[in-house]
Amino acid sequence: MTGFSSLFDGGARALLTDPAVWQAVYDTLTTSFLGMIAAVILGGGFALLLTLFNVRGKTALGFLFMLPTMIPPQVTALSWIGMTGPSSALLKAIGLAPPLGSPQPLYSIGGIALLYGVQNAPLVFLSLRAGLLALPRDGVEAARLSGASSWQVLKDIILPLSLPGFVAGAAIAFVSCVGNFGIPAILGIPASIYTLPTLIYSKFAAFGPNTFADVSLLSGLIAILSVIGLTVEDRVLRGRDYRVIGLSGQVAMFRLGNWRLLGELVLWLAIFITLVMPLTALIASSLAPAYGVPLTPATATLDAYREVLFKQTITRTAFFNSVTLSLTTAIGLLVVTVLTGYYLVRSKSRVAPVVSALAEIPYALPGIVLAVALILVFAAPIPIIGISIYGTIWIILVAYFSSFFAVSLKPVVSAFRQLDPSLEEAARLSGAGFGRRLIDIVVPLVAPAAGASVILVFLIACNELTVSAILWSAGTQTLGVAIYNLDDSGSFNLAAALSVLVVIMVIAMMLVLELMAKRLPKGVVPWRS
Amino acid sequence: MAKLILNRLSKAFEAGGRPAVNDVSLEVRDGGFLALLGPSGCGKTTVLRMIAGFEQPTDGSILLGDRVLADASDMVAPEHRNMAMVFQSYALWPHMSVADNVGYPLKVRGISGQKREQKIREALNAVRLEAYADRRPADLSGGQRQRVALARCLVTEPDVVLLDEPLANLDRHLRQEMEETFREFHARSGATMIYVTHDQAEAMALATDVAVMSEGRLLQVASPQEIYARPEGRLVGGLVGQGAILKWPAALLENRLLDWDMLQQSLSHTDGQDCADILVRPQDVEIAGEGMAATVTSVLFEGERYALKLALGDEQNLRAFSRQPVQVGDRVSIVIRSAWRL
Repeated sequence: MTGFSSLFDGGARALLTDPAVWQAVYDTLTTSFLGMIAAVILGGGFALLLTLFNVRGKTALGFLFMLPTMIPPQVTALSWIGMTGPSSALLKAIGLAPPLGSPQPLYSIGGIALLYGVQNAPLVFLSLRAGLLALPRDGVEAARLSGASSWQVLKDIILPLSLPGFVAGAAIAFVSCVGNFGIPAILGIPASIYTLPTLIYSKFAAFGPNTFADVSLLSGLIAILSVIGLTVEDRVLRGRDYRVIGLSGQVAMFRLGNWRLLGELVLWLAIFITLVMPLTALIASSLAPAYGVPLTPATATLDAYREVLFKQTITRTAFFNSVTLSLTTAIGLLVVTVLTGYYLVRSKSRVAPVVSALAEIPYALPGIVLAVALILVFAAPIPIIGISIYGTIWIILVAYFSSFFAVSLKPVVSAFRQLDPSLEEAARLSGAGFGRRLIDIVVPLVAPAAGASVILVFLIACNELTVSAILWSAGTQTLGVAIYNLDDSGSFNLAAALSVLVVIMVIAMMLVLELMAKRLPKGVVPWRS
Repeated sequence: MAKLILNRLSKAFEAGGRPAVNDVSLEVRDGGFLALLGPSGCGKTTVLRMIAGFEQPTDGSILLGDRVLADASDMVAPEHRNMAMVFQSYALWPHMSVADNVGYPLKVRGISGQKREQKIREALNAVRLEAYADRRPADLSGGQRQRVALARCLVTEPDVVLLDEPLANLDRHLRQEMEETFREFHARSGATMIYVTHDQAEAMALATDVAVMSEGRLLQVASPQEIYARPEGRLVGGLVGQGAILKWPAALLENRLLDWDMLQQSLSHTDGQDCADILVRPQDVEIAGEGMAATVTSVLFEGERYALKLALGDEQNLRAFSRQPVQVGDRVSIVIRSAWRL
């Protein structure tokens, strides 16, 4: 409301005639478009090779390839910075660092786009892979019997049928790039390249009378770009309803023969460059005694870890905040989603599909738009009770609840859909009322999926930066904010150490989910098919 | 326990749409075993689910004795009906052991300790599964899961036991064994049982009464013997036994059970006689010296005899058995010993 009133005071015209805004729109579009292309090449290539061909080590490759999307974007950016440029601890340790004073190549449009590509390639991978797995094997076999060679089958049958997966993946990647904050914040701001999310951030940093009007307009622009991306997807997919007829489930598999080793080499090389090297660089940076000092076994030190874990109160507060916020969100949401999921699946009411569609909106909307919307709603004290939650940790909690509702709901709903309704009916006839059935029958049966939902929400909330970067204030910083601020204030080794800890946490939780995967309904663990 | 009464029961899933169950009235006597027989989609499962309380009727009512269980405005929840059901999918809870599955209705009723153990043991005994008490349902075979589901019905002495195509997922050998178990179960528990099936042989073998449904309507309710001997209408006639239905100029005959003389006579006075449907069962068709001419259109060797399909002069088809081998295309002469006017 505050935003709207200042919007009509004429702030809008001033903003819309500001060339910096249009430069930011242009930069957002170019980085997101190039990032989308990089994601499609990387993710698409991985999905095709991994799903259709008989390469070895598929589970390991799939798991490692999914890691970048779970690692917070600012950590990805930091690790790539640690890998390239004149002050890279890793390059210095092996004597390959460019001379001091040469530019950091990633502080550019191309650098941002490249990291967008690495970060979002798994989204294309997942979307395409789901499409490929649904391809009917008999369709491929029929083409073979018609005399088509492997290449012709790929070109004439598989690629056309998997186009929807490609397009959907590309659209999700584009929207995710438009809303990304962590990567352009770390790579763009030092080179004065602003995308819309970082421009919003800088407007908040330089708080003035027009801030509310400006940010609401800017976040409106982000929302428009996202909607355009999704509309293009819709246009492309229209009339291409390839609902698969025939037996699906078993995937057609092509033998690579002599090429298999080469294919595997390419896959592992891609993993090495996009994951292993940056993470090694990150670890190297965290062990370096000071920015720019060469790392040798003699100079390596754990001081940075000691500093972030025990000395700095800010990082400790951040740990505490992130863990509390994420746990509260994950468990609080679970209670809501179990009841909502039950209602969505069991209810015959016409309202149910509407609720289900509404729950998806905050998920599709870039987090920064949601954060701005919440500020506009809660900037003034809440009517009636007269308390303002703006600037407190509660506004972050509210934002997390609405952002991650869909993440939490999805596994629970898929578990409910798999549940045979007669299991509950049998309990009714046994004499059990609603609460009793919920406790004795329903909850134990959806428990694995509920557990997965808690871990997923916790994982994503813990690593989140976009929402809290806008909503934090002194004392309420989260892990994402702490890493960003450490880097911003020049403590690169501390930021790297904290990032390493976060990556370890991410990998540990992903491994837990991986181990649970067998007991979960299909589609709960996002990186498994 | 008391009589279960369905009073002009109707159910439409969409307002104004075609009703899935249309004006069904039925009484099941206390301790009776009723089979609801009909092709799939005839509304028999909907009737069963209304009796259980999972669906509310849009018209009519369901009574158990003088207690109204459901009508269009009000309904007793399934958990308060003291009924039990064997589901087509068995609906065993995968996270509980066999004993916990069977004992769950007791647990809900607050029965615990020695008494519950005792009852669970008795129920498992009755279906010969004592040794499996600690297993999980996933470790059991299809027939064993079925028996666990049955034991769960046995444990609380329900007023009414509902069975929804319980044998549909079992192989033929297991079916016979389970039919035996169901009969035993009925004799032992004395509960009123309602059994939904599309298999007429199953219905005949198990039930004391058979109700035939089609397209939401109840066509006939009678004992298996009565339904077999005196079916009402084409639908029931076609569903029960392997008979063929012929158009015959017999509409004005007084008797409904027709022998060869009557059939021949009616053929000779065709003038003014309307045609009626008559049901001819294959065992009543005899290949004899003097009779009607027919052509063999198919022969199937069944071991103890040959099953034939015959075409009459006017293109009507009927079935017959023969002990002697015959060839497709042979011309034979047949006598219909007995037929039933539908």
